[in-house]
Amino acid sequence: MKSTAILVNEDTRVLVQGITGRQGAFHTKLMIDYGTKVVAGVTPGKGGSSIHGVPVYNSVLSALRKHPEINTSIVFVPAQYSLDAVLEALEAGIEIVVVITEGIPLRDELILVNKARSMDRTIVGPNTPGVISPGVGKVGIMPSQAFSRGVIGVVSRSGTLTYEVSMEISEVGLGQSTVVGIGGDPVTGLDFVEVYEMFINDLATKAIVIIGEIGGDAEERLADHIKRSGVEKPTLAYIAGMTAPPGKRMGHAGAIISMGLGTWDSKRKALENAGVMVFKAPWEISRALLNII
Amino acid sequence: MKLYEYEAKEIVSKHGVKVPRGFLAASINEVRDAVKKLGGEVVLKSQVLLGRRGISGGIRFAKTLKEAEEASLELLKMRISGEEVKQLLVEERICVDKELYLALTIDRPRRAYAILASTLGGVEVEELVKRYPNALIKITVDPVTGPALFTSRWLVEFYNLSKDLEPQVLKIIDSAWRLVVEYDAELVEFNPLALSCSGELIALDVKIVIDDNSLYRHRGLMDKAYRGLSDAEAIAKRHGLSYVELSGNIGILCNGAGLTMATMDLVKIYGGEPANFLDIGGGASSDQVREGVKLLLTNPRVKVILVNVFGGITRCDEVAEGVISAISEVGSVKPIVVRLIGTNDSIGRGILMEKGVKAFSSLREAVATAVELAR
Repeated sequence: MKSTAILVNEDTRVLVQGITGRQGAFHTKLMIDYGTKVVAGVTPGKGGSSIHGVPVYNSVLSALRKHPEINTSIVFVPAQYSLDAVLEALEAGIEIVVVITEGIPLRDELILVNKARSMDRTIVGPNTPGVISPGVGKVGIMPSQAFSRGVIGVVSRSGTLTYEVSMEISEVGLGQSTVVGIGGDPVTGLDFVEVYEMFINDLATKAIVIIGEIGGDAEERLADHIKRSGVEKPTLAYIAGMTAPPGKRMGHAGAIISMGLGTWDSKRKALENAGVMVFKAPWEISRALLNII
Repeated sequence: MKLYEYEAKEIVSKHGVKVPRGFLAASINEVRDAVKKLGGEVVLKSQVLLGRRGISGGIRFAKTLKEAEEASLELLKMRISGEEVKQLLVEERICVDKELYLALTIDRPRRAYAILASTLGGVEVEELVKRYPNALIKITVDPVTGPALFTSRWLVEFYNLSKDLEPQVLKIIDSAWRLVVEYDAELVEFNPLALSCSGELIALDVKIVIDDNSLYRHRGLMDKAYRGLSDAEAIAKRHGLSYVELSGNIGILCNGAGLTMATMDLVKIYGGEPANFLDIGGGASSDQVREGVKLLLTNPRVKVILVNVFGGITRCDEVAEGVISAISEVGSVKPIVVRLIGTNDSIGRGILMEKGVKAFSSLREAVATAVELAR
């Protein structure tokens, strides 16, 4: 029987770009241990070797020639080379590219995200923990112990906070259908609205959890969308940064002008106004879910 | 990373954008020379990277040499948002007919750049958006091909300028776009952009912010990234950590901006006050963790340290090693509450336990303990 998980399912066949690097090699092993079908890796100049039994190629082209079943790539290459790695994956025909790398220049991100959209392909990230469909597979760096198979769809802008909330959801016995990190940078491939829609159409997902943070207007845009479409599945949210002082830039992503939006209050109001329940502590979400499901 | 106004003006004037004539001055003597060379009324502008200069009194007008001397004496003693004023930009005073606003920045929802323009110059963009949305237009700029040709035509019409000024508007747009392509600018702002009494467009102030992530390809700008930072912020930056000083006594170190902010929120909810925001990012090495913990150990305001790491790409063993070596280097007796979970957490907890540091796995318990210890 096929699962109905989004983005990562039984058919997912993975290429690891930057597989011989410290993070690439380490997480290749963890993905394989989790049951993900990692079929090949790429590091220019290291072709012919193997990492944890996975063959390494010099280019995405040669990897795809040998393994035409590859449909998903995960990118660990350093920020300086990430734009090129993603363009290479897209040119070779890969459908979903998960970009783990942190610190990619904004202009490179804009170029790669627009290129993928013009080709009707999917970018997850950059600066994302990736995607996990518990019990099915993970294309990412998240610690698998925090996740268990279940009915809650989780979508988040923050990596580690996703683990925190997911673990609470696992502990109360509900588990997750799929967990998607859209990435913490100002510009991302998939956004909240697109992943939310995937969860609405996903039979395995009974409720949706949104994990946001202050800055930008991604949460407000989702709220607008839900307000227009109506609440089709129970949706709950946690937003980090309630007590962050205004005018300070928390982390690397907060600087770009946000059109007067982006405070905790503006996000809470927008989401509540759209029928989304907003909570102040990560563990309150799992308790509330128990009452709903 | 922000450039000083005088640096920004130097760049855009090379691109053909008109700016007031001016000289940089770091002493009264240099101010005097500048005023003499300029002749007539002048503007004295503090060169700082932080804060709101206008409201803080960092800009002064002077009609005579004497007035300029007096004003600069005061300005060169000033601090604006904690930053010492070391240099003044002394400029000719421009007779202004109309003040406009023009900026090129990122448009997140469209995943593109955008030109923002307003007929209300001199106002901060946040104010414009909130209060005068009708006086603002946004024109999308393709991240690959740059501003379309019609952009200058639209702007001339929107600003209600004479058609003769279109080439000048085009020069300003081109300059902003060159800053994106050549310098990875994430914000180029001309505010105010003056229509002078003699009918010219002159950029009275120019603000340029460069994307920090791009600095590896702009070697010449790299040292400038440390200007305007406090000592602690500079140390953090050098080690790839993101650090913001706050006012409480609980030092916080986490991995990921979201988790760091969430931990701050929980500390507050439990009745404590965070001393800082410190995000070690993803995949931090034990060296980075050590430097981060040392920053907090050596901060006299910090009474208790709360380390909250949920390992994914970050490995808990690296974190534990960093914590231990910071403690042994500083030889501090401050209590450290560690919460470690995720990738390699049992190895990490073992390393800590060996040295007598208790590690929690529950976030609630860790936060409650830290707040209790800080009382």
